[in-house]
Amino acid sequence: MADPIIISASPHIHSNKTSKKLMYDVLYALIPAFLVSIYVFGISALILTSVAVISCILFEFLIQKFLLKTEITITDGSALITGILLAFNLPSNLPIWMIIVGSLIAIGVAKLSFGGLGYNIFNPALVGRVFLLVSFPVQMTSWPTAVVNNTTIVDAVTGATPLGIIKEGLMYGETMTTLSSKFPSTMELFLGITGGSVGEMSALALLLGGVFLIARKVITWHIPITMLVTMAVFTGIFWLVNPEQYADPLIHILSGGAILGAFYMATDLVTSPMTKKGMIIFAIGIGIITVVIRLFGAYPEGVSFAILIMNAFVPLINTYFKPRRFGNKIKSKIM
Amino acid sequence: MLNLKTQKLMLKTFPKGGIHPAENKITSSNDIKRMSIPKVVYVPVSQHIGIPSEIIVDRKDKVEIGQIIAKSSGFVSSNIHSPVAGTVTKLDKIIDSSGYKKQCIVIRTDPKNESNFKIPEFPLVKEITLSQKDILQHIIDHGIVGLGGATFPSHVKLDMKHDKHVDCLLINGVECEPYLTADHRLMLEKADEIIIGIQILMQALHIEKAVIGIENNKKDAIEVLKKATLVDDRIKVAALKVKYPQGSEKQLIKAILKREVPKGGLPMDVGVIVHNVGTIFAIYQAVQHNQPLIERVVTVTGKTVESASNFWVKIGTPIKDLIEEVGGLPEGTRKIVNGGPMMGKAIKNTDVPITKGTSGILVISEEEASRQEAKNCIRCGQCVFVCPMGLEPHLLMNLTEKGLYERAGNEDIMTCIECGSCSYVCPSHRPLLDYIRFGKSIVKNLNTTKN
Amino acid sequence: MADSILYSALLLSSIGIVAAVILYIVSKKFYVFENPLITKVEDILPAANCGGCGSPGCRAFAEKLVDSEDISDLFCPVGGNDVMKLVAELLGKEVAEKDPTVAVMRCQGSCDVRPKTTEYQGPRSCAISSLVYGGETDCQYGCLGDGDCVNVCKFDAMYMDEETGLPVIITDKCTSCGACVEACPRNIIEMRPKNKRDLKIFVGCMNEDKGGIAKKACDVACIGCSKCADICPKDAITMHDNLAYIDPVLCTLCRKCVEVCPTHSIIETNFPPKKVKKLKEEKPKEVIVPVIKINVESENPKIDA
Repeated sequence: MADPIIISASPHIHSNKTSKKLMYDVLYALIPAFLVSIYVFGISALILTSVAVISCILFEFLIQKFLLKTEITITDGSALITGILLAFNLPSNLPIWMIIVGSLIAIGVAKLSFGGLGYNIFNPALVGRVFLLVSFPVQMTSWPTAVVNNTTIVDAVTGATPLGIIKEGLMYGETMTTLSSKFPSTMELFLGITGGSVGEMSALALLLGGVFLIARKVITWHIPITMLVTMAVFTGIFWLVNPEQYADPLIHILSGGAILGAFYMATDLVTSPMTKKGMIIFAIGIGIITVVIRLFGAYPEGVSFAILIMNAFVPLINTYFKPRRFGNKIKSKIM
Repeated sequence: MLNLKTQKLMLKTFPKGGIHPAENKITSSNDIKRMSIPKVVYVPVSQHIGIPSEIIVDRKDKVEIGQIIAKSSGFVSSNIHSPVAGTVTKLDKIIDSSGYKKQCIVIRTDPKNESNFKIPEFPLVKEITLSQKDILQHIIDHGIVGLGGATFPSHVKLDMKHDKHVDCLLINGVECEPYLTADHRLMLEKADEIIIGIQILMQALHIEKAVIGIENNKKDAIEVLKKATLVDDRIKVAALKVKYPQGSEKQLIKAILKREVPKGGLPMDVGVIVHNVGTIFAIYQAVQHNQPLIERVVTVTGKTVESASNFWVKIGTPIKDLIEEVGGLPEGTRKIVNGGPMMGKAIKNTDVPITKGTSGILVISEEEASRQEAKNCIRCGQCVFVCPMGLEPHLLMNLTEKGLYERAGNEDIMTCIECGSCSYVCPSHRPLLDYIRFGKSIVKNLNTTKN
Repeated sequence: MADSILYSALLLSSIGIVAAVILYIVSKKFYVFENPLITKVEDILPAANCGGCGSPGCRAFAEKLVDSEDISDLFCPVGGNDVMKLVAELLGKEVAEKDPTVAVMRCQGSCDVRPKTTEYQGPRSCAISSLVYGGETDCQYGCLGDGDCVNVCKFDAMYMDEETGLPVIITDKCTSCGACVEACPRNIIEMRPKNKRDLKIFVGCMNEDKGGIAKKACDVACIGCSKCADICPKDAITMHDNLAYIDPVLCTLCRKCVEVCPTHSIIETNFPPKKVKKLKEEKPKEVIVPVIKINVESENPKIDA
């Protein structure tokens, strides 16, 4: 007999889900946001994204081949996604060498030094982004103006994000009412015609992809919804107390990469908790830390830091928020 | 339309976990055929959970059909009867579905003995004349074991301790495993017998309530049984949402009665006894017709199998005879599974005999047979979501891999029901259940040595 | 500026002083008396922490040695008689001298002689695959070839031979700690006395099947013919379940059984080659592979597989 009978333990069938498919689903979900960024920033967004993707894949290949001498896993799609997400978190006029440095940190330090896919504690793309933000604060926060021929906003946003405008304005004693003319309307924020990182532009496009991910069961609703609701509630309280000093919840949710973070970064399978209870705790944590950083911290935005901080708590959350064991309740009742 | 929708919403199921693999119930509309009598039968002496039976025949002995050839050797054990009339040719060791050689009684069928070829007919006997004690004795004598797959000797479940109050009998007609349709066909064809079997058990156990649980993909069976239960208003039929592993005892109780069997406990602890429909039919045959358990319904199926169907098969028939019956082993077969695709065991060759626990033979071809290479765990949590017991399979596998058996024990590894949902969904194709099963065997040993 | 340097220096040194005082008090107050002998004994022991003595580590074994009155049952297989003698001198107790033992592999079912009839898919671990079924070959008693024994060996005394698919024991490195014996789900590995010059004779098969079935599954299986038992002058060979077993105590290493075995399933190691005509073939092998099976392969050439 050429092919002997195969023996393996049960189960003998498998769902057609593979980690590769999951990765590519995330990729598809990012397409609308990518198209919007090209529309808004033009060719520079394309260059930025391709540089980030190519350098991420290249670094993964080089490190695995020559440094670790392990199996090369560039085809599983995870480096590709890290590259795209990293690019989405950068301003489109960032020098190319900085993008490459960011990719090296993301892949080399945040991912492979922990043991590769599945072993990293922190979201690689965010580590790359935060590294760049801390190292090159000027370049990382000088946002380009949108190149769309929509003159109404070109005047409004020159080199700062809406949240940046608010932060700065409030610092110099302005109030929300006077500031409101300086940043785009809620509708414009929603559609993405504003300044900011490449991928955090259009809430609509990001939501579209997010709904796709939930529909494909790549992610569950728990993290994004809880995180956004927490942010809304928390900023809402401040806004209700003093609408002149604090921006309204909608602005907070629609700007500063909150939606990108909620649907694509915080939900990263590897660095988020594994139980639904844990996911909710995790998302509440991100929401609160984000708002605290935004309102009281030095940075106008805080999603990346909040997610990285909560990433560090994931093992703890996994240990303490376990699924309810079948039959456990009754035992405790007897005892 | 609206009615149908609300009906669907009303369907009961267990709350946590579960999966829905492709059903592939190819054989659900085929009548149960009677298989031709095998020339030789190999009857293993350990066909049930518990102590193997004691052989009471010797080489060259002539045996009659239904004669006891191996005697129950303890409380958790069972009698084994000769499935054919013939001669014992040897007492040998044959590979059974466990993958190891086990003691077998080999009987050559006597081609001249007419009792072998007579197709027995049993008119429906409605009246239950036996007392409670006699019913139990009949079940013990006729070697009835649970036919759902676990093959737990049935009388053990019926021998009630007085300190436990049992108020409900659940009949497991769920058959949540893909491909298998043996119970489904049995319910369609023997509905009246099953109802009487239930009545027998209710009388023996003094229970006034019985529920038959059937998944909603067997609508015809639900209809038939609903009609049959009209005679007895103590018996109800519950339609259940299609979800694997609903056929697991604990999940079924939770789905139908919302009662939760405590950790390490038995259904009896929550006042329930669960029996498979196949077992109920066997009990009917034993009590009303004095028939020992020598044949059962087996689904022989597979996507490439020529004429997949259900068969009445004599216990001890080698699987190759059954495969002959459905048109031979299809080309490109790489795996033969004894049981369903989720919990069945891959067998080494087709000489393996059918036992009391064989509910199906599944032939799997090249594309589906191979496992994919295991990749890194991406901590997606799918295994945690689908685990019906609320365990964390990824954690249990890790702990077992690292040899931290004690911690695995603390993480309730022993409550795993080995349904395989975790391995089924894992996008990285990790052999979760393989490791968990191994961990369970070690933890079990640790626990027994500790006590 | 100078102030801040001064303050920080003062602060740090005061923290240091406070901590030192606390540590001193704690170490005095919670001092636990320990027999100094334990440390001395531990120093003598090989510090391999292999668990071969039955204690969880060398320290625990040292405690046991110091605490027990009679240590004649206790033995450190790694250190052997020399170490035990030193321990006995130190403690002034009696130790029993034991023959040094070494692990042997009682299966020769390499890929050539024991064909695979099925393909196993799953974790490559003997313990796990043995739960699933009897193994890829038709012999359910022999080596599974997944190398659990190699993985547990802490002394690098075992490796998997890629060609045969069987583990090989490097006798010189084997400390007979017994980890492999426990790891093997088939109980194939046995501790046998090392004897002089590492001469050993043992049955290299565990197959309990009847002769025909065993032979069909594996060319070098013991078929239970009892020829060896009949020829043995010392009655050292017993037959049980179609399988011969050579008692290492009774065996005088006369090698009569090796010659009569029709399937060459009895292994002899490190004996000088008997047949002169085969000498030429073996020599290169002897040089290359410094393992116990050197002479096995030459004396028992794989029969026409």
